[in-house]
Amino acid sequence: MNKEKRNHLIRLFVAIAAVYLVVIILEMTLRPTSILFTVLRKGAIYSLVAVSMNLLNGFTGLFSLGQAGFMLLGAYTYAILTIPTDVKASDRVYRYYDCIVGFDTGALVGLIAAGLVAALFAFLIGLPVLRLKSDYLAIATLGFAEIIRAIFQWDVLGPLTNGANLLREYKDLSRITIPFTDIPFPPTLFVFIVAGVSILLIVLLINSSYGRAFKAIRDDETAAEAMGINLFRHKELAFVISSFFAGISGALLAAFQYTVQAQQFESMMTYEILLIVVIGGIGSISGSCIASFLYIALSEWWLRGLDMGKFLGIAAPDLFRSGFRKLVFSVIIMIIVLFFSRGIMGDKELSYARLKNWLKSLCRKRKKGAVA
Amino acid sequence: MFEIKGLSVNYGGIEAVRDISFTVEEGSIVTLIGANGAGKSTTLRTVAGLVKPRNGKISFMGDDITGKDPAYIVGKGITLVPEGRKIFPDLTVMENLRIGAYLRNESIEDDLEMVFSLFPRLRERSWQYGGTLSGGEQQMLAVGRAMMSRPKLMMMDEPSLGLAPLIVRDIFSIIRRINEEGVTILLVEQNANMALQVADMAYVMETGRITLSGPGKELIKDEAVKKAYLGK
Repeated sequence: MNKEKRNHLIRLFVAIAAVYLVVIILEMTLRPTSILFTVLRKGAIYSLVAVSMNLLNGFTGLFSLGQAGFMLLGAYTYAILTIPTDVKASDRVYRYYDCIVGFDTGALVGLIAAGLVAALFAFLIGLPVLRLKSDYLAIATLGFAEIIRAIFQWDVLGPLTNGANLLREYKDLSRITIPFTDIPFPPTLFVFIVAGVSILLIVLLINSSYGRAFKAIRDDETAAEAMGINLFRHKELAFVISSFFAGISGALLAAFQYTVQAQQFESMMTYEILLIVVIGGIGSISGSCIASFLYIALSEWWLRGLDMGKFLGIAAPDLFRSGFRKLVFSVIIMIIVLFFSRGIMGDKELSYARLKNWLKSLCRKRKKGAVA
Repeated sequence: MFEIKGLSVNYGGIEAVRDISFTVEEGSIVTLIGANGAGKSTTLRTVAGLVKPRNGKISFMGDDITGKDPAYIVGKGITLVPEGRKIFPDLTVMENLRIGAYLRNESIEDDLEMVFSLFPRLRERSWQYGGTLSGGEQQMLAVGRAMMSRPKLMMMDEPSLGLAPLIVRDIFSIIRRINEEGVTILLVEQNANMALQVADMAYVMETGRITLSGPGKELIKDEAVKKAYLGK
């Protein structure tokens, strides 16, 4: 390994460690109900699902819109598996049905199972669907997500999914403990660790020879095939892995919000994720992460005042009413898409060198401005 | 070494190749010339496994490779340099070359060295994206990428397409050099003049059939070929 590469890796690990340290310090100092934690947790969950979508759309060139469906599978698998057996037997969750899952598992098993169930479905759906191209693939995967959502609310599946009713009392973030102890796991740290490890695995995959083959398929299918790359097998692999991590992020989302209902996983959610991927830059992992934190912070926190009557110190209860936030938000998105048509990061990754150059050019502009 | 017998291919509803047969001797340069739509490209794509034939048999070093998957055919030692170069624009030159060796598990450092010695320009640009190269450099990359699979037979589809005359000359001298390294070459060209000059054996295709054949040096003097393809 050459020196430059080693320095790069060291910097990367220092940056990651710093992020985790900040999260730990925040959890020790701020009150647990702070809005900042909501943004951090949801931002991390959306980062993971955005990166998993980017693996398909940005790196393999498969335009798939099934993400919400795979998140739903993950969320339900996690919730159903981790509801304690005595709760399942009682009326507290399964009021109208007798739950047929007679056991419960820990959070970690639940998470992995969530990924595996989503991956299994992806494998089966991929067999027919991945022979389609571009828009047709998008339509088929979108249709799949909608069908899954309808099926999970179906009465007949009630003993498994609780029909259209809520699932709760599973291992949400307040109930997850450090393994082999009863000490509660710091919730934001938990989300960051699961999302961080998952994203790291995706990055390793993209930098492997499989990742190179995915990118070759994205760039030119015919040429990739002529190089001996089996198109279908690699597409299926990307689809299954992407869905695995979408399933895990669905499970995290379930843990984050304390209740789960199939109703919420509508196509709007997939579009939200797609928007994050586009804003961050198609083909950029760090772009997807930055964009999801920005997106969540804007929609959940910074623009809240627009709905509540007071924004940036301006009180205008007649204008800043419920729904105004969405309007401003749409305008911001339009501006981003117009002026950053390749997203915040394009297809580049955030790096120390890039950051340094950017700061330098910023300083230079300042100086020029001062002279003028 | 390589033999096609009675090959017919339907492509997009029409019969693009009709019952053609020809052989390629080991170590030679063989060219297929002909006008647009004569079926030359389809023939190469069929050999590479990208298109399935309707009839006929393709054999390579004693193995029947008719209708096999591209991965199997590349593994056997046949590689295609596609028409229009088809390099991967958003991959670096280095990544493009590594993809060429995708099916090989052993170390490829020697092969990279061999490609870089053949095309020093690619070494200078190894961290550049493929899409930022000039047309000639992209053609070098396409040939280098094909070399990375250690082919025994290299099929080249219109390597001179859209390149300046000087660069076309370079490309043809590279074809000769690769051939001298022991790689058999099957070349499809519209630039009949250049192709016939390097070819040991040439076949002329017209509307899906082979109408003429002979050593390149002889065909270049043939009156019919002169009139139809050499513009004299």
